[in-house]
Amino acid sequence: MTTDHTTLDRFTERLDDFDVSHTLTTPDGVPDAIEAVSDSPAVGVELPDSLGRLPDVVRTDPSPSDLRAAVTGVTHATLGIADYGSLVLPSTPDGAEPVSLYPDRHVAVLAEDDVVPGMSEALAHLGDRFRADGGDAIVATGPSATADMGALVKGAHGPKAVHAVVVQS
Amino acid sequence: MTASDRRSKADHIRHILETEGDAVAANTQGFNAGRYESVADLEAYEDLKSEARAIKEDAIERLPDLLSDLRTAVEANGGTVYLADDAADANQYIRDVVEDADGDRVVKSKSMTSEEIELNEALADDCDVVETDLGEWVLQLADEAPSHIVAPAIHKSREGIAELFTERFDPEDPPETAEELTMFAREKLGEQLADADVGVTGANFLTADSGTMALVTSEGNARKTVAATDTHVAVAGVEKVIPSVEDLRPFIELIGRSGTGQDITSYVSLLTPPVDSPTLDFQRDETGSAEDREFHLVLVDNGRLAMREDDDLRETLYCIRCSACSNSCANFQQVGGHAFGGETYSGGIATGWEAGIEGLDTAAEFNDLCTGCSRCVNACPVEIDIPWINTVVRDRINRGADAELDWLVDGLVPDEEPSGLDPQKRLFGNFATLARLGSATAPVSNWLADTGVSRRLMERFVGIDRRRDLPTFAAETFREWADGRSTVANPEREVVLFPDLYTNHVQVERGKAAVRALEALDVAVHVPDVPASGRAPLSQGMIATARDHAETVADELLDHVEAGRDVVVIEPSDHALFQREYEQLLDADRYRALADGSYELFEYVYGLLANGASADALASGDGRRLAYHSHCQQRTLGVERYTEAVLDDLGFDVVTSDVECCGMAGSFGYKQEYYDVSVAVGDELAAQFTADGVDDRTVVASGTSCLDQLDDLLERPSKHPIELVAPTARTERVSGD
Repeated sequence: MTTDHTTLDRFTERLDDFDVSHTLTTPDGVPDAIEAVSDSPAVGVELPDSLGRLPDVVRTDPSPSDLRAAVTGVTHATLGIADYGSLVLPSTPDGAEPVSLYPDRHVAVLAEDDVVPGMSEALAHLGDRFRADGGDAIVATGPSATADMGALVKGAHGPKAVHAVVVQS
Repeated sequence: MTASDRRSKADHIRHILETEGDAVAANTQGFNAGRYESVADLEAYEDLKSEARAIKEDAIERLPDLLSDLRTAVEANGGTVYLADDAADANQYIRDVVEDADGDRVVKSKSMTSEEIELNEALADDCDVVETDLGEWVLQLADEAPSHIVAPAIHKSREGIAELFTERFDPEDPPETAEELTMFAREKLGEQLADADVGVTGANFLTADSGTMALVTSEGNARKTVAATDTHVAVAGVEKVIPSVEDLRPFIELIGRSGTGQDITSYVSLLTPPVDSPTLDFQRDETGSAEDREFHLVLVDNGRLAMREDDDLRETLYCIRCSACSNSCANFQQVGGHAFGGETYSGGIATGWEAGIEGLDTAAEFNDLCTGCSRCVNACPVEIDIPWINTVVRDRINRGADAELDWLVDGLVPDEEPSGLDPQKRLFGNFATLARLGSATAPVSNWLADTGVSRRLMERFVGIDRRRDLPTFAAETFREWADGRSTVANPEREVVLFPDLYTNHVQVERGKAAVRALEALDVAVHVPDVPASGRAPLSQGMIATARDHAETVADELLDHVEAGRDVVVIEPSDHALFQREYEQLLDADRYRALADGSYELFEYVYGLLANGASADALASGDGRRLAYHSHCQQRTLGVERYTEAVLDDLGFDVVTSDVECCGMAGSFGYKQEYYDVSVAVGDELAAQFTADGVDDRTVVASGTSCLDQLDDLLERPSKHPIELVAPTARTERVSGD
């Protein structure tokens, strides 16, 4: 998959619309980019090789109590959806879903090449995957939010803030 | 309905208006404004709606096959599927699942279907059940029912929630702000989630190809409900299945925009359970294998398969519960789901759901709050004709359980309706008869109607609220005035001007003005001898009577259409009837011919001007300042823009209202039980027209009801815009002058 320039622009504009900050970097720059936005304690799941590695401050294999204590959670996103500034988050046996959900800040790492223009392209990828192997994906757009308490508040049950690290090859 | 039933209904509605009205109005109107904004940014909006509609039509058509495919897919993934016939069946199955899991606590994310089957009550004896959606949790603590299908606690103020938390938890540092209240709830619910055993979710969509479920949420509680528990139970109506993952696209793009006005909600969880995440044991502080997860999909019939066989209720099954029909409804905006709702569902589409699931009695409790204004029609992302469902259900309620017996005495009453029909509905449904009598005996009829004794009797026997001014019947009807009158010789075009009931008997001046305006534009005008359109009986749910009217009107008017004459309609609700509802009442060809051959008055004037007629023949606006309220049904058809354009072209300075409906809606505002909600809706319009810079403008409105409502609520008079546009004197083009 390749992503043309305008798709990336649209994606980052929409990230802004939904209050998601972002960093553009290369695989080598990933540990620093993550560390710059991660408050401790931080937990994470290992990134796919092509996306670089986690900085040392991020602890993997968190226990349930680590999850509840963590301030930052680092996971990768399998897709970005430009039209909505959405991050598509997988569920993995090593716990990407709870790591992206429990801490107050979620840092998502994704490849620029995995940013697709719209919902149809994203669902085409996911449809093939789900039909072949099952699997889960959270289409996450902005932080967790609620208006049930009389005004819009971020961080209802999930993260209060989200940061995207976009990896350019 | 007896007089005392009407009074108690009026009291109930007044109480809700006073206690919940402000909070409901602020929230629903916010959602509604958000919808307009959000869909305006979506280029393919109309196409996506049609696509969503087509997917649902196809899915319901093929439902048995898709359910079978879904079962195969879920079972292949390692889950279990249970098809429950009804609520008791579903609850028994879920109780067994909870027992097998040794479940002491069940956590739930928001699910309307679980509310429909009253799952919480069914589980209460065996375990602790905790709602994790913040709004639902507030209601669980307060022991109150949802007032909205998406945002269940919109009737509660922030202050009310703060008081509730303080009372229930007696915290050392009581939370007050929205932020503090949210964090307090998050903390409390976090503890409950941590030692929960079973997680119950709904499912917004289920894809038959892969066994994937979509959950549309914003808080993240559904994610935690699934992640934190080893046993996942999803409860969903059978209608939630769609063919494929790719088919999710229009729904994901439309559901948030249509409902709360969000381009997309924070989380759309696409799960193919059992999910791949490790289990979390917060007590032992251990994670376990995803292999230990269990998944049960409970598909609920509970009347849906019968709705699928019902030609009029079937469309209800396309509903994706986005709440657009609630938020766009002027009445719902004032009273919310505690008045405009049944056992589970609320808003316009609730009539279909409650009629199909609970029965007509439940639907009858709130169905009359749909006035057929049709503002929900364009808002619905799956293009459901919600007003029609309300009309059909009203008809069924009118006919009652003993409909067959009633048919025997049908011949004894002047309409096509059953003998048990509510006298209030019969009166308004036969308004044509009343108007004929009123004009024939005017002005005596008007004097008599206006005495205190008459008003008390009318209130008591037919529930006409005595606070509402009654229409004044003209002694000379519009048709009598037009009869034998000569018109333009050698005209550019010929029209038949439809003498709607209101123009004919009450708003006679707008009829005369319409004739003057059209003749000034070199159009010959005939006012035919046709009966009323059928709008009045249709709005009372008297479909057979309305169909009778429609057939006769079509017989008369189609002769003119075939002779090359255009049909012009002054009353927007009748124009809308020809364009929309006649499709349900006439055969397809006749409906199409009349719809294509008929025009709203200003639409027609606009067309004449656009095709070379001279605007000089009409009155000049000279910068005259107007406040214009277009009719709800006019706006659904998008024809209000012609009035605005013509007024603008003629040099009037126009501001327009920004409300969904005036609240009068034909007979609705006259009815004792609904007078207060009608005025509450109208007050929003009145406030716009009495605001600074608008309060000195001349008020114009297109609909009879709107004019009635504005006359009642404003101190200055209002009139139909054609009365300002028409030349004051009869044009010299008319032969014989």
